[in-house]
Amino acid sequence: MRHPIDLTANRSGLLAERAFVWVCRLGALVPLAVLAWLLARVTADGIGRVSLSFITDPPSQLDAAAAGLGPALLGTLWLIGLTAIIALPIGVSAAIYLEEYDRRSKLSAIVELAISNLAGVPSIVYGMLGLGLFVRALALGESVIAGALTLALLVMPIVITASREALRTVKDSLREAALGLGATRWQTTRQVVLPMALPGILTGAILAISRAIGETAPLVVVGAVAFIMYGPDGVDAPYTALPMQIFQWTSNPKREFLTNAAAGILVLMATLLVLNGFAIWLRNRTQARRT
Amino acid sequence: MSEAAADAALPATRRGTRSRAPSGRAARWHERLIELGLAGAGFTSILVTIGIAGVLIYESAGFFREVSLAEFFGETEWTPLFADNRHFGVWALVSATLTTTALAMLVAVPLGLLAAIYLSEYAAPRTRKIVKPALELLAGVPTIVFGYFALTVVTPTLQPWVPGLSGGNMLAAGLVMGFMIVPMIASLSEDAIYAVPQSLREASSGLGGGKLETIRRVVVPSAWSGIAAAMTLAVSRAIGETMIVAIAAGSQSNFSFDPREPGQTMTGYIVDISKGETPTGSLEYQTIFAVGLLLFVMTLVMNVISHRLSRRLRAQTRA
Repeated sequence: MRHPIDLTANRSGLLAERAFVWVCRLGALVPLAVLAWLLARVTADGIGRVSLSFITDPPSQLDAAAAGLGPALLGTLWLIGLTAIIALPIGVSAAIYLEEYDRRSKLSAIVELAISNLAGVPSIVYGMLGLGLFVRALALGESVIAGALTLALLVMPIVITASREALRTVKDSLREAALGLGATRWQTTRQVVLPMALPGILTGAILAISRAIGETAPLVVVGAVAFIMYGPDGVDAPYTALPMQIFQWTSNPKREFLTNAAAGILVLMATLLVLNGFAIWLRNRTQARRT
Repeated sequence: MSEAAADAALPATRRGTRSRAPSGRAARWHERLIELGLAGAGFTSILVTIGIAGVLIYESAGFFREVSLAEFFGETEWTPLFADNRHFGVWALVSATLTTTALAMLVAVPLGLLAAIYLSEYAAPRTRKIVKPALELLAGVPTIVFGYFALTVVTPTLQPWVPGLSGGNMLAAGLVMGFMIVPMIASLSEDAIYAVPQSLREASSGLGGGKLETIRRVVVPSAWSGIAAAMTLAVSRAIGETMIVAIAAGSQSNFSFDPREPGQTMTGYIVDISKGETPTGSLEYQTIFAVGLLLFVMTLVMNVISHRLSRRLRAQTRA
């Protein structure tokens, strides 16, 4: 051994390197282990309560074993349907304006700043906007439509950002070809750009909807009710939603209701999993087609 | 001109046989109208921003007519619902927000940064393809679920180890919030690390730097403004996080930085008041807007700093 010092230095360097890789790996694995722990515990707590009647029955304030999710699920369906109807057209239109019509102007720089700030506003603050604007000022009351409008504003930045990214993946040469053939800006957008960007826009839409499904805080503020026996029968009806019902069960002093909360969480997570799985499938399919 | 007619115009030009001149003016109007509509949609974001600030300022104006700023920022007792001897010292709420946020960052910053380094520098493409979506899954879990987890699983698990831990406590809430935020820091830091030019890495290893040394001395420092932007954004997220603290941190205001104690955060207070029946226009009703305004300003400052930092990163990596 001619250079013993060099060799040991090298070996300890290698050891440090290996240790470091493991520490980094733990950085990714520990959070995933916590996720697994969470899922395992929620499943263990709640799986016994999940049944068809649990999904369809009305809640009960007295008997935890008889309580169900019926009105909450209906409320969530109404809420999400209306949110999508409001947020998607406006969000996609805004993205089209920013990407196809007004790239790099001063005005769109301001809009962009507004969007990036809105994306960072806590969801409960949207609830306060909804309370001040929709519930009180526009006198919509504590109705499904007030909740949906609030959620629509909340998820709008997600829709806009995802749609812009999707629009950006469409090659400029295609736009130029269409414009060169005499198509107007809108014809180009509608018939060439949008169809190609559609899968990306849809993925963003699904992500936005899943975000809206799980939101609780803004709904508490705009007055989703804690206890209701029926689903909404119109846009101006009072309502509750899946996460609201879970919240109510979680904060119930009777411990049996925690089982209901866990079962409700399972239903919520299963819904989200299906939606997100669909979004990932859509993304992979379009990526595969492009390459 | 209907949209169907506009559609019909394209095939016509495509064939190159017929001019669109006859409908030219109508088409131009149609185009203008659509552009206006799209621009209108674009401006909703500005309107919403103004709306948020407007509502919060308008509703808290009434509050600050009754309660002085000196009391709001100077006192440490928050008892707006008491019949008499009411106090409006927002520090009692801010202390809980700061405590849970600090705990969350204590968890999220090291784990998130390490995960980002792992994913961008070490993980095999196949591992990456599994770990990344799994972390995204963690980010997609609704906060109400984390709240349930903190209350019913984490707190009872910690109680034997942490003497004096109360049923509702800031420790469990803060820790769980940290895990919720890890994916956000990991993904944003990874983007920043990814943006570091490969040539810098090559130069470092060309000079004899090992991989660990390259990461420590070249990659992370080069990506630093992006990583700092991720952390600032994470702080903003933690300050505004609501359901975890509303469920697991307890619901009595308490000027304390001891994580074992219960504490009501600003967001937790807003939820608590909103759950009950609070008459419009009453001082109790207005308190939530005053607290909301402070919350909004705090997160806005963090978001602006984060925005600046990430712009700096972009400028650096382009240069």
